[in-house]
Amino acid sequence: MKPAIEISGLNLFYGLFHALKDVSLAVERRKITALIGPSGCGKSTLLRVLNRMNDLIPECRITGSVLVEGRDIYAGGEDVCALRKKVGMVFQRPNPFPLTVRENVAFGLRVEGINEPGAIEQAVEESLKAAWLWENVKDSLDRSALELPLDQQQRLCVARLLAVEPDVILMDEPCSALDPIATGKIEDLMIELRARYTIVIVTHNMQQASRISDVSAYMLLGEMIEMGPTLQLFSKPRDRRTEDYITGRYG
Amino acid sequence: MRIPPRYAQNIAVVLLGGATALALAALVFIIAFVMVKGMPAVNLKFLVDSPREMGRSGGIFPAIVGSFILPLAAIAIALPAGVGTAVYLAEYTLENRITRVIRIGTDCLAGIPSIIFGLFGFIFFVTVLRMGWCILSGALTLAIMILPTVIRTSEEAIKAVPRSYREVSFSLGATQWETVWKVVLPNAVPGIMTGVMLSMGRSIGETAAVIFTAGAALRLPTSAFDSVRTMAVHFYLLAREGISLENAYGTAAVLIVSILLINAASYWLMHRFISRRAR
Repeated sequence: MKPAIEISGLNLFYGLFHALKDVSLAVERRKITALIGPSGCGKSTLLRVLNRMNDLIPECRITGSVLVEGRDIYAGGEDVCALRKKVGMVFQRPNPFPLTVRENVAFGLRVEGINEPGAIEQAVEESLKAAWLWENVKDSLDRSALELPLDQQQRLCVARLLAVEPDVILMDEPCSALDPIATGKIEDLMIELRARYTIVIVTHNMQQASRISDVSAYMLLGEMIEMGPTLQLFSKPRDRRTEDYITGRYG
Repeated sequence: MRIPPRYAQNIAVVLLGGATALALAALVFIIAFVMVKGMPAVNLKFLVDSPREMGRSGGIFPAIVGSFILPLAAIAIALPAGVGTAVYLAEYTLENRITRVIRIGTDCLAGIPSIIFGLFGFIFFVTVLRMGWCILSGALTLAIMILPTVIRTSEEAIKAVPRSYREVSFSLGATQWETVWKVVLPNAVPGIMTGVMLSMGRSIGETAAVIFTAGAALRLPTSAFDSVRTMAVHFYLLAREGISLENAYGTAAVLIVSILLINAASYWLMHRFISRRAR
């Protein structure tokens, strides 16, 4: 089966700073791919290449090819909004809108012009169920999302994303603001979501990568050092630098 | 010599408290002064009657109407233009020489005395465009006068909307405009309302810009092309021409109460809006 995402020869510059150097990467469908590496290695930047969030940074320049489902997303004339609906993102900090729980989930639908109450109601329920949040919030859909505990806020962000029916979910250190128990819940959710979605996660947490990911990629200073099945990468890394990092001898 | 920290602390409290007390005292004194001098003239007849003998007797109903219509019309004109400019500056352009020039321009515009706007409105709207002294001329002039305030407060409010909201919106496939309309503006409303209230306050108390453009008719206006007199202008004319000081103060008292009521109503509306959005 063709990979969901294929990156080859990707270079990214912030002004004069060469942030990603000749990166190649294939992301398999319905697997969890973890991007690991020290701070500043470019893993979040790489993640934001996949839904073109780097477009928001004016001095950012990109060369190379990034194929999502076979289409080069940086070729001219690509519909960025359609891409972002297909390739959704969960951010580092839970960032619900200051709206009700229901309106948070409905946001993407309303953007698409879907306002029919029945359709909204159904999508809200399905998305919240898929994000394992329905039982917690079914009686408080009209309360402010900001009143939820942090891990529920993060699951709400997942639900908000699922409502626009993406194929790929990008997660940028989704648990870094959460305590271990909340982290566990999000990790279980990710494993569940893997059955239907392709997931790429950036994480600082080595245990997290080894617990949940199928494939891991180690990055250092903008370069892709090593990539392979997580089990193998963590037990028998081929590159000395990977070994130093996963055994904690980095730096 | 260095003042010991404990004394410095006490001195700071006294000075800061004193400054606050002074500001409050001035405010309370002015309001109390106007109320004491003005309230005896105010009764129901004063509020609902038309002026007689140039305002020597009778009420101030047309001026009350004018004081609400003119600022509201001015805001109706300045708000879309001002918020539009603010959105353009904050969301659609990068910081560069041109945006800086626009910003400096707005700041200069904000510092121009209102009589200059009055003269401009008189020459341009009243004379050149032959609109005459009327509500429309006055509202357009006031709109230009309050535009800088609306632009700058709206821009600050828009910039204060967290960046993460925009990121989420984009990441869910919203366009720039959908993000502005559905995320940025609703979250900027309280700040924009602050600008609107400041502008409302400034226009309702304005005389110079109004008297040259909207005129000072004592009749109740029937269309946008009728001249109208505001309470501020009425007060000014009654006091300056020595027509009736009692009624001048009466008008001032009603004007101040109106401003307080408008502010209270705006706060109430704003809080209702905020709590409706997120509860």
